[in-house]
Amino acid sequence: MNTTARHDSYDVVVIGAGPAGLAAATTAAEAGLSTLLLDENAGPGGQVWRAIASTPVRDRNHLGADYWAGSELVEEARSSGAEIIQRATVWSLDRNLEIGVSVGGASFFVKARRVILATGALERPFPIPGWTLPGVMTAGAAQTMLKSSGLVPSGPTVIAGQGPLLWLLAAQILRLGGRIDRILDTTERRNYLAALPHAFAFMTSRYFAKGLALMKQVRAKVPVVTGISELAAAGDGQLATVTYVSGGRRETVPAELLLLHQGVVPNVNLAMATGIEHRWDDLQLCWSPVLDRDGNTSVEGIAIAGDGAGIGGADAAIVRGRIAARAAVEALAPAAAARLAPMASFKASLVKAERGRIFLDTLFRPAPQFRIPSGDTIVCRCEEVSARDILDAVAIGATGPNQLKAYRRTGMGPCQGRLCGLTVTELMAQARGKSPQEIGYYRLRAPVKPITLAELAAVPKTEADVNAVVRG
Amino acid sequence: MFKRSDQDSRPSVRIVVDGAALAAREGDTVSAALLASGRDVRRATAVSGAPRLPYCMMGVCFDCLVTIDGVGNRQGCLVPVAEGMQIEIQKGKREIGR
Amino acid sequence: MTKLADAIIIGGGIHGCSTALHMCLAGMKPVLIEKDYAGRHASGVNAGGVRQLARHVAEIPLSIRSMGIWERIEELVDDSCGFESHGQVLVAENDAEFDACRARVAELNALGFTHEELIDGPELRRLVPAVAESCPGGVVSRRDGAAEPARTTTAIRRKAEALGATVREGVAATNIRKQDGLWRVDVGADSYAAPVLVNAAGAWAGRIAADLGEPVPVETVAPMLMITSRVPHFIDPVVILRGRKLSFKQFANGTVLIGGGHLATPDQDRNETVLDWRSLAISARTVFELFPVMRSATIVRAWAGIEARTKDELPVFGPSARHSGLYHQFGFSLHGFQLGPGAGAVMTELIASGGTQTRIGDLGIDRFHSSQP
Repeated sequence: MNTTARHDSYDVVVIGAGPAGLAAATTAAEAGLSTLLLDENAGPGGQVWRAIASTPVRDRNHLGADYWAGSELVEEARSSGAEIIQRATVWSLDRNLEIGVSVGGASFFVKARRVILATGALERPFPIPGWTLPGVMTAGAAQTMLKSSGLVPSGPTVIAGQGPLLWLLAAQILRLGGRIDRILDTTERRNYLAALPHAFAFMTSRYFAKGLALMKQVRAKVPVVTGISELAAAGDGQLATVTYVSGGRRETVPAELLLLHQGVVPNVNLAMATGIEHRWDDLQLCWSPVLDRDGNTSVEGIAIAGDGAGIGGADAAIVRGRIAARAAVEALAPAAAARLAPMASFKASLVKAERGRIFLDTLFRPAPQFRIPSGDTIVCRCEEVSARDILDAVAIGATGPNQLKAYRRTGMGPCQGRLCGLTVTELMAQARGKSPQEIGYYRLRAPVKPITLAELAAVPKTEADVNAVVRG
Repeated sequence: MFKRSDQDSRPSVRIVVDGAALAAREGDTVSAALLASGRDVRRATAVSGAPRLPYCMMGVCFDCLVTIDGVGNRQGCLVPVAEGMQIEIQKGKREIGR
Repeated sequence: MTKLADAIIIGGGIHGCSTALHMCLAGMKPVLIEKDYAGRHASGVNAGGVRQLARHVAEIPLSIRSMGIWERIEELVDDSCGFESHGQVLVAENDAEFDACRARVAELNALGFTHEELIDGPELRRLVPAVAESCPGGVVSRRDGAAEPARTTTAIRRKAEALGATVREGVAATNIRKQDGLWRVDVGADSYAAPVLVNAAGAWAGRIAADLGEPVPVETVAPMLMITSRVPHFIDPVVILRGRKLSFKQFANGTVLIGGGHLATPDQDRNETVLDWRSLAISARTVFELFPVMRSATIVRAWAGIEARTKDELPVFGPSARHSGLYHQFGFSLHGFQLGPGAGAVMTELIASGGTQTRIGDLGIDRFHSSQP
């Protein structure tokens, strides 16, 4: 395993080896640019193709064709000439395009002439009562365990939420012989009507038939309750029951495992800590980076591709990765760019890949009660701050997420707001009668992933550092 | 809570959790191995001591924090198991300087 | 429309907020103008040290005055501000440094100051059990401590507003001028006029002073800090070093703050800083050597606050040498947080009564005039 970069600087450094990052690194390296691909996981593939090179699930039908489609891109990246480091956690990136990387407990810095962030998505927070109990996990967590370790639920299991991933996961669990007792669909009924005008575009996307088939497969084997308007997990130190309301009827079922999912949102932490400008996206209900047509951000030299640029799915991510890389090649080696496919063809592919996205975004827009909690429900899992705590702080003067830190430690734990930031923004916006854009977001800080003091102390010194040690 | 698929033929890897041996599989992350074990592997938070298990399994939530080979607060969901790896479940503020 | 006030204060850091609060206590109606929000910059993101220890003699009287206010801060602002008084300890790492400590304490004693006390190795290890064995001793200031900076600045601002101060946040003060005997400032579509203007604009104060014809040698700096995850309690006092740049403090919640004055690159116009990780690595190495117990603690966040540092590293504090009704309160040069409460009280005395019992004579802006080109 590579544990350090071969060089101090590269033409292009790509961060994240999911669909966008693999495509970007391949394109840049094949054009002759020195390219470094840094990825946090043990193998390439990101979340969608997680463990593609190592999964113990051998029956190819179980994970499905869309999963195995990733093999080709992984192979291309590996033979592209790009240097790939797995288990590399990027903990800092700044405007000088200097990147702090930790591999196996040791850190080093690399410089880039261009950086392409392909940090992907994370699951939207699902702050219901009891969501911190052991036994409550995200659907994505279960899918990660399924893909990388062949693990499936074995005890009483409830899946709750909405969106394509939820149905895909349920189908995969069933194919592998796992247990699902009930699916609670939280899609708001009114969303069907709102999404209708966009349905035609979706029906012509390749996701349409696939989605219908998955839902049919799952419904044949698992009771599905729709129109869920309330949801809570309960138990004493461990999940014991899930309570829900549907059509005015409240029901409680025993459960050992509750898998939650209400879509994914861009993983913005590294980009925000770098100082890249983001805006609130009213349709996708999340922060998205402000980008030009080629994915370039407000910070010179840094582009974002894939779901980190706004949720678009794997097909769109691949194309956005190629677009960002092609733009880097145009800037750094114009002659080499002429050998790549023309930008116009990438843009046409992107239009095709994004077809039907508005339908999905509208249909699966999560309901307010599952985004904006109240009372004792935990908002900040790290510092254990409840919705009531935050509203109390607002009442005595906290105006936004950063000011809130003077009252509560919200967002100051190790997850740095990844699982509370959207909730805090929307909760404070609602309480203060402002828009999320006006309320803003946490100012994020490196290290975006914790490093030990010993690791920082061991960062190699440059000669200039040795001379510059100040005593005073 | 979880069981292994019968398709899984990966070789076994022995790790030690709070002093007791545990058979994981090559390619498991520490968190996956712990969850697959069926043992009580709940950590206690540093803030209130509340019990937690991993939530996201993708490096985001930090609820999988665990001490690995003496180094605390590691994200167990990102670290693959290795033969002989020593795991400690964290109860509260992790002890430093031992 | 122009609104009249008793004073216009520019800058919502701890200094501007404290002056606003003390003016209200003295029966004045100030308006405080902050271009971002109170505590956005250095006042909200500093190390929170409440320190009389190791100060320049010129600012010791102001520091002592301030300490008295810190000790009843909850009474003053209805919030504890997280203030804890476990002392601050300056550690000598070798005999030469310890000799310098001895000389310093003797010098202060000769001037009549008794807050600093020389301590030997055993007393040092009693106060700071985790410190490396090789350290021969140091100096303690037992009444010192630390507070939570954002919480403190916010609490002072809140109390000032409750007592009648007008607080305008999110809009910069522009077009600062004196006209018809009154200081006038535009804030968005509004204008304010008052007989008194207090320049407490931190990193932005130097520009204001220069625009008003009183330039001072001041630069914008951004001292860096980093904080660890929660670790078990192992240290009470704040620790600073005699020889190297380090300050070190464990909060009640278990997190440990590491600072000491290594600088980031400030970008004042963007409200941003670019951290210098190689300097932070030096801080980490210092902690690594001094507190072996900390080696496996994890660093969860690093940051820097933008502030002003003068050429002689002393604040510019007191009336303008050029304009009547203008007062300066800036340039605290990385050690202004503790001075905030006292400086607000003294500034108010200067403005409301024309004088103060607290000796601040060496801090005036006129000290730079002879050195101006």
